[in-house]
Amino acid sequence: MALIHVSSPHTNRSGKAGHVMRQVILATLPGLAALCYYFGWGPLINVLFASGLALLFEAAVLKLRNRPLGFYLGDLSAVLTAFLLALALPPYIPWWVTTIGIFVAIVIAKQLYGGLGQNPFNPAMIAYALLLIAFPVEMTRWSAPETLLEGPLPGFGDSLAIIFGQLALPDGVTLATPLETFKHKGGLTGEELWASSTLLNNLEPWQAISLAYLLGGVYLLVRKVYTWHIPVSMLGSLLLIAGLFYAADPSNYAPPLFHLTVGATMLGAFFIATDPVTAATSNKGKLIFGASIGILVYLIRNWGNYPDAIAFAVLLMNLTAPFLDYYTRPRTYGHKQAERGIARK
Amino acid sequence: MEAILIAVLILLGVALVFGALLGFASIRFKVDGNPIVDQIDSLLPQTQCGQCGHPGCRPYAEAIANGEPINKCPPGGESTINALADLLDVEPLPLDAEHGEEQVKSVAFIREDECIGCTKCIQACPVDAILGAAKQMHTVIVSECTGCDLCVEPCPVDCIDMIPIETTLSTWSWAEPMPGVQLIATDRGRGADQQVNNDSDNHTDDSDQRGNAA
Amino acid sequence: MSRIWSFHGGIHPPENKQQSLLKPLRQAPIPPQLIIPLQQHIGAPATPLVEVGERVLKGQAIAEPSGHVSIYQHAPTSGIVSHIGNYSVPHPSGMEGLCIQIDTDGKDEWIEHQGVEDFRSLEKPALAEMIRCAGISGMGGAGFPTEIKLHLADDHIINTLIVNAVECEPYITADDMLMRERAAQIIGGIEIAAHLIKPTHCLIGIEDNKPEAAIALTQAARASEIEIEVVVVPTKYPSGGEKQLVKLLTGVEVPYGKIPADIGIVVQNVGTMSAVNQAVKQGKPLISRITTLTGDALDSPGNFEVLLGTPVEFLLQQAGLNPMSLNRLVMGGPMMGYTLSDTSVPVVKTSNCVIAATEEEFPQAPPAQNCIRCGQCEQVCPAELLPQQLHWFAKGKEFDKAQSFNLMDCIECGACAYVCPSNIPLVQYYRFAKGEIRREQAEQRKAEQARIRFEARQERQEREKEEKAAKRKARAEAASRSQANRKDQVAAGKPAAADPQEQIKKLKTEAAVARTKLKKAEKALAEDTANTELQAAVEVARSKSEQAQQALEAAEKASPAPAPTLAELKIAAATARTKVTKTEKALADAEAKGAASADKLRASLDGLRAKAEAAQQALEKAEQAEKTGSSSKPAAPAADLKQLKSAASIARTKLKKAQKALDQAREDRADTAELEQQLATAQQKADTTQQAFEAAEKAADQADGGQAAPAADAPDLKALKSAASIARTKLKKTQKVIDQAREDGKDTGALEQQLAKLQQKADDAQKAFEEAEKAEQSSSPAPQPAADKPDLKALKSAASIARTKLKKTQKVVDQAREDGKDTSALEQQLTKLQQKADDAQKAFEAAEQAEAGSNTSQPTDAGSDLKAPDLKQLKSAAAIARTKVKKTEKALADAQAQGSESADSLATALDKLKAKASQAEQALAEAEQNSETVG
Repeated sequence: MALIHVSSPHTNRSGKAGHVMRQVILATLPGLAALCYYFGWGPLINVLFASGLALLFEAAVLKLRNRPLGFYLGDLSAVLTAFLLALALPPYIPWWVTTIGIFVAIVIAKQLYGGLGQNPFNPAMIAYALLLIAFPVEMTRWSAPETLLEGPLPGFGDSLAIIFGQLALPDGVTLATPLETFKHKGGLTGEELWASSTLLNNLEPWQAISLAYLLGGVYLLVRKVYTWHIPVSMLGSLLLIAGLFYAADPSNYAPPLFHLTVGATMLGAFFIATDPVTAATSNKGKLIFGASIGILVYLIRNWGNYPDAIAFAVLLMNLTAPFLDYYTRPRTYGHKQAERGIARK
Repeated sequence: MEAILIAVLILLGVALVFGALLGFASIRFKVDGNPIVDQIDSLLPQTQCGQCGHPGCRPYAEAIANGEPINKCPPGGESTINALADLLDVEPLPLDAEHGEEQVKSVAFIREDECIGCTKCIQACPVDAILGAAKQMHTVIVSECTGCDLCVEPCPVDCIDMIPIETTLSTWSWAEPMPGVQLIATDRGRGADQQVNNDSDNHTDDSDQRGNAA
Repeated sequence: MSRIWSFHGGIHPPENKQQSLLKPLRQAPIPPQLIIPLQQHIGAPATPLVEVGERVLKGQAIAEPSGHVSIYQHAPTSGIVSHIGNYSVPHPSGMEGLCIQIDTDGKDEWIEHQGVEDFRSLEKPALAEMIRCAGISGMGGAGFPTEIKLHLADDHIINTLIVNAVECEPYITADDMLMRERAAQIIGGIEIAAHLIKPTHCLIGIEDNKPEAAIALTQAARASEIEIEVVVVPTKYPSGGEKQLVKLLTGVEVPYGKIPADIGIVVQNVGTMSAVNQAVKQGKPLISRITTLTGDALDSPGNFEVLLGTPVEFLLQQAGLNPMSLNRLVMGGPMMGYTLSDTSVPVVKTSNCVIAATEEEFPQAPPAQNCIRCGQCEQVCPAELLPQQLHWFAKGKEFDKAQSFNLMDCIECGACAYVCPSNIPLVQYYRFAKGEIRREQAEQRKAEQARIRFEARQERQEREKEEKAAKRKARAEAASRSQANRKDQVAAGKPAAADPQEQIKKLKTEAAVARTKLKKAEKALAEDTANTELQAAVEVARSKSEQAQQALEAAEKASPAPAPTLAELKIAAATARTKVTKTEKALADAEAKGAASADKLRASLDGLRAKAEAAQQALEKAEQAEKTGSSSKPAAPAADLKQLKSAASIARTKLKKAQKALDQAREDRADTAELEQQLATAQQKADTTQQAFEAAEKAADQADGGQAAPAADAPDLKALKSAASIARTKLKKTQKVIDQAREDGKDTGALEQQLAKLQQKADDAQKAFEEAEKAEQSSSPAPQPAADKPDLKALKSAASIARTKLKKTQKVVDQAREDGKDTSALEQQLTKLQQKADDAQKAFEAAEQAEAGSNTSQPTDAGSDLKAPDLKQLKSAAAIARTKVKKTEKALADAQAQGSESADSLATALDKLKAKASQAEQALAEAEQNSETVG
């Protein structure tokens, strides 16, 4: 009878980091399904391809770093990164763009910093930002959703062929996103644009996808994978600032709900900004973190060069996370105020 | 010409004002003594063992303040070096093996029935932690002993042992948790190598000791 | 119903309380043996009051508090104290602690005890004393002495008494059971505590998962004379933490670094209250408690009334343990309890629960993954810390940062580790960091202490030096004053001729002045040889000096030479010698510089030497004369001997200095031939002095021998011994120098020769010492065994020194051998040393035997008293011999393992040593037998 000698506690809420990742991956599935419903097989192929690549790259780096493969691959963090990047990419992006993106995300943005938990920036967003800057053409070539398409969506085989460069994306298929449409409205006022654009009058696909992400996010909130602070403060601040500008000048600015439902707002709010590794950790810090992302998103969307801004906003706020944490330390029980620095001696 | 003169005068005036200010400050805010020496001294372990080559900790603190390397204190070991590096904002260096190696904390123990009462150890003890008189058996005040082992060498009958301090129920504390995964599989290469190196080091140490003892 | 506040964080782990509530409270039987740890509480361990073999009654105090924060321990049942020693105690370390073991007799016989029903009639101090004598300490957690807490009202304003009935940890139901069964007792205890601390409110905090207990308490409280409120709080871990409960019930936080009493609150555990009630109303000390035995490895889990000190394994048998399925044995709850690695650990005052868990129940934590900063730990931390930051700091050993993040406020509740999705053993990290911080603080304190002591010592040394200097100065002043006085007297026209001594002295001074002048002139001349004027001056000075000298000698001859001449002669001889050495030095300097004055100096040196020799001869003659003349005055030679000895030692010192100079020179690779010569002369001189000393001593011995005055002998022996030991030390040092030189690859032939010489001298000294000792032994025969003792000691120390030397030399030899050097010379030396050590040992043993013999011959003279130390000595000798044998064996094993050639010699040495050891052993046994027969 060998009795073991260990430190308390002796029981543990059964869960692993892998468990958290698995739940997050699970929560993206409604969004993925919605994407596939409206854009065809492309997103699914992208996600699977990216996941495979991510595991491959992760394994290679772990091998180089002399770490046990099974243990670290089992936490599924690489797969989650691949999911998030692939969901953010255009549905029929060429395979090599995805490959470069995953390489950057896994090898450079994550493993070079020491692996899971050590990276200061969200790996998927680093990769996304890099791809956006390096391959603007490929990254903005969104296909139209089925509802706006004259013909049928490409089949599974065709999708594969398109992604792997065997088939060109049919011309009629590409379409600007709602955000792009709004950004490049030229001299038109809001009303004129709304009246003239068929796209802006058929936003259901994007709204449905956003709703699917929201669903996943609520699931994660219920499962206590993260707290409400970041998504709520981010969506709230975006809503607020968009509402303010819309109320002041409705002809020039898009309505607040438009900002919430198009682009990667929901994906960002529930799956990207909430990445615990790179976000602020204190509750107050999370509120500031989320609200700042919301404001940055609005600012970049309206006055930046790029139509969408989730990646840049999140990365910018990742930079400030340690600072936020430092200045939002909670007051410890029995102490008058939170202490900062190590001056107490 | 006039402009130059004015410029020179202004500069001169400014120089005078700042000079006066600085002079005033140097008198008004004069720092007594050399606080950096005190700070360094407070970080040193105060064993007064002299292994650094200085007659006590304070002289070494003064020497450090004058630019001597910070890695000459074996009793303080790595933690002291790190603390000094922190304080002086320099790179922490590995312990200089020339001055000895970091050893387990120990206290001197006099095998009292072998003591001949020569008082040599009493004279050697830097903190007066040995009690005794000529021709009388000596003993170590354990709570005051710094474990500097300066009393070992002078003993003519070699009756002083350095005994490692044992953990008691009140001084025991939990060890650092093993880095979970490294324990089971990882760093198979690196970890294993280190293990082997450590082992072989230990072996050589052992054999050295045995050689000396024989 | 009063308001309930809430505290940050907390978790809801599965409660698992129902298993142990299925069965009613059971009484655990008396085990055959009880183990009572002397430390069952915070503070100093108690001091035993009983001895092994003593019979104790149930409730008898067996250990008393040692210090303020300490408690009594009582015998839980009647029996015999069978052992006081170290046993495994309930402690996370699994280490052992001092315990009293009682063999129970099953009679369960109470000691006389009496309670006080009307406690309000008692004086408060008497009431508190009753509680103190009952040995009650906090039964919930840390085990703080209760009586001290009940004294808190003396210096604090206490307005609230909180009774902790929360029992928030899963599995544990001991308090629950206690409240159900003995609610009235608890209320009684609260009344007593309230009487002592006079709070305005009494609150009982209880979780809403114990409705039965809450109802029982409420009913009992209603019957109470004072107002006691039962506050039901929502179930959340860790509401039972003292600070958390205070916040929960009062909304106030206990400030950092303070205790609840500082904000007017005292917190007591329900179990403690029940014990207080028992102590006061029935006079029964705390000797048993309710402990929950639970876990899947038990067939019938439940609550037991257990005698303190009952081994856990005995208890587990009562609850039907399945040893095969037991995987983890936890004392305390699953969140904060600690594992036991030994089932013989006893139940103590704080043991509220023992969990015998199976592997499925408490599975081994999976390996820790990386922290993903999920922040869940922060959400549940009841102390509002940042657990993940603390984890990073602890992991990176940045303890100061951890401290600034309030690590010390962590209550180690385990909530963070419980929720951690990466399975990081957070609590262990904090415990590790806390331990390191405490250790560092202790070291800091110790360093500060050491610094203060070091500085005090330096100050003292400085002061001593100053005092010495001041004394010297005062002496010099006194001397000059007396001289001035004398001069005055002379000037006053006192008859100088009446005191020829005085005159001689004066003449001497004159001669000295003349000589000094001469010297100065010579010096000047040496610097400027061409100066004829100077030469003339020197001539004049010389003649003057010679005149003065002649006058002095004439006066000296004329005056009769009474007693003090010997001393004077000695001084003269010493001065002459000093002058010789000085001149020698000067000569050496001059030679080194190649100065022309060397010849002159040499000549003067010869002159001086001759003078020195003359002085010496005169001295010796005088001494001999004195000796023959003063055989009736034994005290005088002793004094002379002392002086001679000091002369000898001065000679030796000089020798040492010369050697040092030589070594220095050799290191500098200078020409050392002259120095060596000088050394040789010094050596010779030292030898002659030594010889003179020895001769004198022999003479003294002879003189003493006739007078049977062994007391006077002792100091000489001592002196001889120290001379011998100094010789040995010198030898040692020279050996070191040689080793150094050898290591540096220098030529060591000369040094070795020197070494050999020194060796001889050391041997001589040793021999002289031994002879003297023998002489003394023969001269001081049996009738004075007491006088023998110090000699024995001296012999012993001589023997031990010899052994030490031997050891050191062996070390050197080993070192040399390892370095692959030629060690034959060293080895020879080693064997010599060995022999010497053996001789010393033999001498010692012989002396001991002789003494033993003399002792046995007088068994009436309280011989057994004298025996004891001899036995001790013999024992230590035997022990040393054994140690030596062991060491040699080790060395031999090493040597054999290395296949070294020295193995053979070592083997023979080992045999010898073994023989010696067995001899020592035999001697010891005999001595012991003797002492037994005598005793």
